[in-house]
Order: sequence, then structure tokens, then C-alpha cells
Amino acid sequence: MPKFDGPPRVVGVGNPRRVGLADLDYSILQQCMHCGMCLPTCPTYQETKIERNSPRGRIAWMRSIADGDQRVTESFGREMYYCLGCLACVSACPAGVAYAELFEVARADVERERVLENPVRNGVRAFTIRWVFMRPRVLRWLGRSLWLYQVSGLQSAVRRLGLTRLLPGRLAELEPLTPDVHAPFSDDRIRQIERPAGEVRSRVGLLTGCVQDLVYPEVNRDTADVLLANGCEVFTPRAQYCCGSLHGHNGEPELARELARRQIDAFNPENLDAIITNAAGCGSHLKHYDRLLADDPAYATRAIEWSRKVKDIHEWLSAEGFRPPRSEPQPQEVTYHEACHLCHGQGITRPPREVLQSIPGLKLTELTESTWCCGSAGVYNITQPETSGRLLNRKLGHIARTGCGTVATSNPGCMVQLESGLRGEAGKEGRTRVRHTISLLAEAYRRESGRVPAGAKV
Amino acid sequence: MNPSTSALVALLGEGKVLYQREDLVPYSFDGTAALKALPGCVVMAEGTDDVGAVLKIAREHRTPVVTRGSGTGLSGGSLPVPGCIVLCLVRMDRILEVDSENLTLLAEAGAITQRVAEEAEAVGLFYPPDPGSMKISTIGGNVAENSGGLRGLKYGVTRDYVMGMEVVLPDGEIVWLGNKCVKDVAGYSMRDLFIGSEGTLGILTKVLLKLIPKPRARKTLLATYDRMEDAAATVSAIIAGRIIPCTLEFLDRTTIRCVEDYAKIGLPLDAEAILLMETDGHPVVVEEEAEAMAAIARAHGARAVQVAADAAESARLAAARRTAFSALARVAPTTILEDATVPRSRLVEMVRFIEQTARKHALRVGTFGHMGDGNLHPTFLTDERNHAEMARVERAMKEIFDYTVELGGTITGEHGVGLAKKAFLPAAIGEGSLELMRKVKRALDPDGLLNPGKIFDLQ
Repeated sequence: MPKFDGPPRVVGVGNPRRVGLADLDYSILQQCMHCGMCLPTCPTYQETKIERNSPRGRIAWMRSIADGDQRVTESFGREMYYCLGCLACVSACPAGVAYAELFEVARADVERERVLENPVRNGVRAFTIRWVFMRPRVLRWLGRSLWLYQVSGLQSAVRRLGLTRLLPGRLAELEPLTPDVHAPFSDDRIRQIERPAGEVRSRVGLLTGCVQDLVYPEVNRDTADVLLANGCEVFTPRAQYCCGSLHGHNGEPELARELARRQIDAFNPENLDAIITNAAGCGSHLKHYDRLLADDPAYATRAIEWSRKVKDIHEWLSAEGFRPPRSEPQPQEVTYHEACHLCHGQGITRPPREVLQSIPGLKLTELTESTWCCGSAGVYNITQPETSGRLLNRKLGHIARTGCGTVATSNPGCMVQLESGLRGEAGKEGRTRVRHTISLLAEAYRRESGRVPAGAKV
Repeated sequence: MNPSTSALVALLGEGKVLYQREDLVPYSFDGTAALKALPGCVVMAEGTDDVGAVLKIAREHRTPVVTRGSGTGLSGGSLPVPGCIVLCLVRMDRILEVDSENLTLLAEAGAITQRVAEEAEAVGLFYPPDPGSMKISTIGGNVAENSGGLRGLKYGVTRDYVMGMEVVLPDGEIVWLGNKCVKDVAGYSMRDLFIGSEGTLGILTKVLLKLIPKPRARKTLLATYDRMEDAAATVSAIIAGRIIPCTLEFLDRTTIRCVEDYAKIGLPLDAEAILLMETDGHPVVVEEEAEAMAAIARAHGARAVQVAADAAESARLAAARRTAFSALARVAPTTILEDATVPRSRLVEMVRFIEQTARKHALRVGTFGHMGDGNLHPTFLTDERNHAEMARVERAMKEIFDYTVELGGTITGEHGVGLAKKAFLPAAIGEGSLELMRKVKRALDPDGLLNPGKIFDLQ
């Protein structure tokens, strides 16, 4: 087994690929035929109706930088971070522009040119992106501390006493967004190797994620249970690293590459039939390790194998033909919010609905604008609270109009965002619950044997 | 900041005027391939008053004005004139009234076409024109370009649904043209002058549209042919059989292959043509017509005819046509979508000529389009950085348009002339028509402020 912790090492980097817009294969930029079909799907364009806030406008700006007509400026940096990265434009694009790649390269350019630098931002990025999220043990130690703070009653005491007002401005605004941490984490809930009761049909690896592991570890347990119920032997490497999507989407491609290599080492994709993720944001990034490591001679081939085998849990269940639960029907009304990086990033829209509709007694009501971003968008709710808040309210309005007691989704970022919005309704009887699609399926399987749903977080 | 921009900022405020280079670059093109020009500023108008203010300053500073909606045009109609004021109307997007008694809808010019259609549908009515960009195109832009769509044969084009409009003239005068009356012969039909005028005569700020009852049923068929001639014969026979389908769309061999490559929907790669047919109306009539069309297709050599049993199957059959443009656009970095149009009876000759011309110039061209109304979309798949190939594209296009005119057709069925077709216009319409257009332009816009150099030159 590979070693898991310790300071990040740099391996396999001979001549790291430059990542600027100017070095990019020009045909990627040129592929945009400026038809405008992305505009109606872009949440930021719909806010302002100004072209620079649209995919088409951003690509034109990127292209003029690649052409040497314009420079990477602070204003360009702000625009690239105003973009949600929701990839709704990718679903809408008739010409198949690789916007995800353009967006990552543009943000990397912004970081390399240091146009947005200031001491606070640098400090936050150094602490989070470069330190905590590169070290799984530190991340989990921090998670455990936060958990203690929350379960000891200290958090509610601090909130009750109004001590959060002592925090510096932005932190005080962000404090209510702090999600509830749920120890024990995945490693204490899932054994490294678990085998199904009957015949082993396939052998899969399970990615436990960062936010998923700290805030929704029970979703990981549920995912393992669902896989076991469908004849999968589940391999869950210990103390997993961050998948690097945070780094890739925030202008740190080198760190993203480093994390990709560690992930591949931890799982050894050659020995597995599939690598399963239940977090849409991670999955959308994990599937691109092949592109990320294309120039790394030691890892390029393994990365292709990896990308071929990474499957979102819904995608895997649907493709393998999962077993519908045989439990007694339990009436529940559910609506489904599509995580951007599942529907747009990975093009997966049908399988989650198949999962929901297989659950006895579950009535699925379609959500208006189900593919419209909820405003979570990675760390967007922290970096752009105003726009994020408007998107959240738009989403909550649609959810309320369904009248459903539960909103299902498939990404921890969306779950945190929706829960923080629905917390505003706290105290109201029967407020809408947010559940991962797979948790609903796992519960239905558990009801077959009359077991009380163990992982349910209410 | 140039003087006209400063004056606009002073009059309208910073919030409505964009003038930084980074803000202007995204407005330096529309949906047309390979055309670019940087405006001097962009005004985001929020009402007719703002439009009037822009024209006042344009007159004072002799600065040209190019009006723009969502910038989806395919002939360069809303391409900026260098240094001009781009007058963008997308913030004027309200639907002002849906009148179910008179079957009309009143919208601001920047309202999105899709929303117009949805608002009509919400009260059981129907706005038929459905240009390919309707999800984002503006209704004002549709009227200014007289846009078409897939339903031309049965339902006509945008012009057939415009009952009235509010126009701001170059001298700042605001006029109302038309009304809610089906019959109206009071004077010249001035509104018709502005439909398809491409922003050269006045600025449309409100549009009054005609709606019709929504057809109650619809049926979709898909026929596959070994020979293009058989597909064309089917179309002729359907129309000779007194059936006017709402859709008669075809794909040629190149397009079929690209679609199959992209969407994997099981199209036969050796087929030479696919025909998508739809009939709509009263359920009984629709059933009868669908059966008759299937029989006609079989009698005219269709290798296979599929008739959709329900809406889901209709969507599946329509997928080939729906994805045609996407499938072609992915093949090459630059996609040039043309709209040569010929009388229906000359369609096969035209398609064959396009194939030959593509071969002769070593170009990749996929053709699809509206077989019912003779409107073809030869789509050039190229790379604007390849100058030699672009020169061959130019030559091929000239030959194609010359032949179109020879067959009694037109150089543009629904995209407009703009800049892209300007060179072909004199041969297509003749000097007499052109001079009449110039007279009208001079009368309404003597200073040549509105979208100068589009459609034709004043000389």
C-alpha cells in the first residue's frame, strides 16, 4: 500500500506543461462560433445581460488575451471568479466548446499573473488550498475540532451570545454558512475492504471526498451499502486525499496534478472495475485526470485508465442494472435538484431519476429549472455571497412550489448550500429536508430487512 | 473616451454605457463567422427614451448607430461599424400584453422569442416562427431580419405575424405603425418597410404580433432514401396531394454521417437523404395526413418510413434534424452556415450543385434544411486561419449564389444580407430594386447614421 500522509512530494514532473491561455491549443478558443446559445443558460449573464458576464463574452476576452490584444488584468481576474463554473453553457453549446478547460486555464493565468493578490486572499489560499486541502490528516483533524466545537454546545453558545459579531466583517457574514460536521468520518464507518453477502459481480473503489467525508460521511456509508447490495466488493483506501477539483478550479493546476497522482496511487485503477464517486463536483474533475496528466510520462497511461473507470454512483448503477428495492412502499414526496457538475459537467440526468423512481412509495415531482445552479458552485457562496444568495433564493422558491418534503441531490456542495437556505425556515414544522439520492436508495434497501435507517441525517 | 461616449455617459449615466476595451470586445461580433469590428461604446437601453437619447447624440456627433439584440445574426447585420455606438436592446424585454380576444401579443423589442412563444402557449395560442436561435434571439431582431424557421411552408415567416410596431426614426421621431385590425388599408403599409430592414431605417422598440390558435395534435414521420431525387419527389407528391405539412426537413449524406458520428442514433450511413415530416392540426386530420404521407414516401422509393406513436418517439425521430447543426459545428473550428434558397422544384439541382462545388474546391460542406420551402443550409466546415481554404470557400460561395439566382432563387432565405451577402445582392435583385432601396434609405436616414454599409452601399 502507498503511504498516505506527509508533505506533498512532486513526482513525475519532468517539464511541467505551461498552462496559460496564450499556450493553449488555439482551436479550443476558435471552436466558439459565438452563436449565443449559451446566453439563456448562463446565470451570471441572466443577472446583468452584459456580454462580458457570459460564456461567449468570456471566451472572446480569453481569445483576445491569447491573441496578445489584451493582458491578464485584475478586471479579467474578477470576471473569471464571477463565473460560477457551473458549465450550463457546456450543455447548451452546439459546437462542443471545452469551456471547463478554458475556465481552468484562465483562472490559472489569473493566479500566475497575481492580478488579484492581496494579503488576506493570499493568506486564505495558502492556508486552505495549499495547506489544509493537500493534507488529509490535517483536514480531518480540523474537521474533528469543528465537530467538537459544534457538539459540545460551544457553537450554539457563541451564536447565542452574539460572539460571532467579534469576528472580522466577512467572517462574521460567513459564520452561519458553517456546515454541521458529522464525526465519525468515513474511515471509521467503512472498512477498507467490504464484501457483498452473495456473489461478487465486480470490484470497485469508493472515493470518500473531503466535504462529503466531514459533513456527510453517512452518504459514503450509504453508497457503500448500495454497492454491496448490488454485488460489488468495495475497496475504500484510508485517509484519502482531496481529488484536486478545488485546486483545478481555482488556478492551481500543479497542485491538482499532484493530488491526481496520489489518488491514482492510492486506488491502483488497474485492479478495479470502476472507481465510484458520489460527489458530482469531484466526479466531474476526476474524469479529467487523463487531460490533467497527459504530459506526465509516468502517469499518462494510468490516468487514461483512471478516467475510463471513474463513474458517478448513479451512472454506475444505471449501467450495471441495479436491483430495485423490494421494501414495503413508504409514501414520500421528493423533488430532484440536479448538481451542475452531474448534469452539465458529466451529462448525467436520467440515472438519478431512475434511482429515485425505483424506490417503493416515492413520488418524484420535477423541479422547475432543475439544472439551474443553486449558487454553491464550489466556494462561490463564500467568494460571491450576493450572487450566490440570489441563486439560492431562486432555487428555494422553485423547491417550495413543488410542495415536496424532501429535495434530493447528489453533491455535498449543493447539500450544504440548500441546507443553509432551508435553515432560514428553522422552527417551521415539517421543513424540507435535503437528502443525497443514494441515501434514499440505501434506506429503501435497509427497510427490506426491517433495519432502522442507520445513516439517516434528519 | 471619445466625445459621443462622454455625452452618452453624461446623459444616461455610467450604468447604461460600456466603453472599456474589455467590455467592447465581447460586442465586436455577432453570430456570423470570421467578422469582427470594435465599437466605440455600447448603450444598454432600458426604454424608448434611451433610444431617443442615443439617436440625438448620434446626430450631434455624426456617430453611426448599430442596433443589436442578442447578437445571434448570421449575416453580420448587427456587426459593429468601427467606432460606432452599439445600441443594445436586451434589457427592454417585457411582454406588455397578451390579448386573447384579438389574438395579439405586444412585446418590447428585446423580449426573447422563446418567451413570446411561451406566453402565447400559456393561453392556448401559438406564435409559429421558430428561428434556430429562438431560445435567445430577440423579437425585435427577428422582425428586423424577417427571420424564418422550420415552419415556413405552412405558417410563413416573421413578416406574416407582425401587425404593428413602435419605431424610433433617425430624426428622433417616435411613430406607431399598424394596429390590431386584421384588415387595414389606410395608406402605405409602412410597417412592412421596417420588417427585414436590418436596422438601417429605424429602431424598433415595440412589436405587436399576431397569434393563432394552437394546433391540437401533431404527428412526426421520418423517411430514409437511397437517392436525393426520391426525397424531393416525395415532397412534391405530398404537396401535389393537397397536404401542407408543418415541417419538411431534410439532411444530406455528409450531415447524416456527422449526426451519426456525434449523436449515435442509428442513422443509416449509406443513405443519401433523410426526410423529417410533421403534420399538425385537428387530431383526425393529422392522423389521416400522416398515413397519406407515409404512403407517398413509400411509393416514392423511401427505404424506410417510421411514424412516431407518441411524443417521446417524435422527439427521438426529430433528434437527427435537431442535432444537425451541432453535429456539423463540432467537425471544424469555423462553421459557416448559409441559406441559399430556390423554388421547391429546383431543389435537387441545387443540392447536387452544392455537392459538386464542394468537391471541386476540396471543401467539406454539409447541407440540410427546409425542403418544403426550398430554403437550404449549405454549411461550410473550415478553419478561418487557413487562408487558402478560406479563399476557396469564398469562390465556392460565389458560384453557389450565382447558381441560386440562375435557378430563380434568392441569396438569403432567412438570415438577411448584412455584410456577408452584400456583394451578392446586386446580381440577385438587379440595379432597379437596389436604387429604389437607396432612395428609401436616403429619405429616412439622410445622414446615414443607422447601420451604415449594411445590405448595400449608398455610394
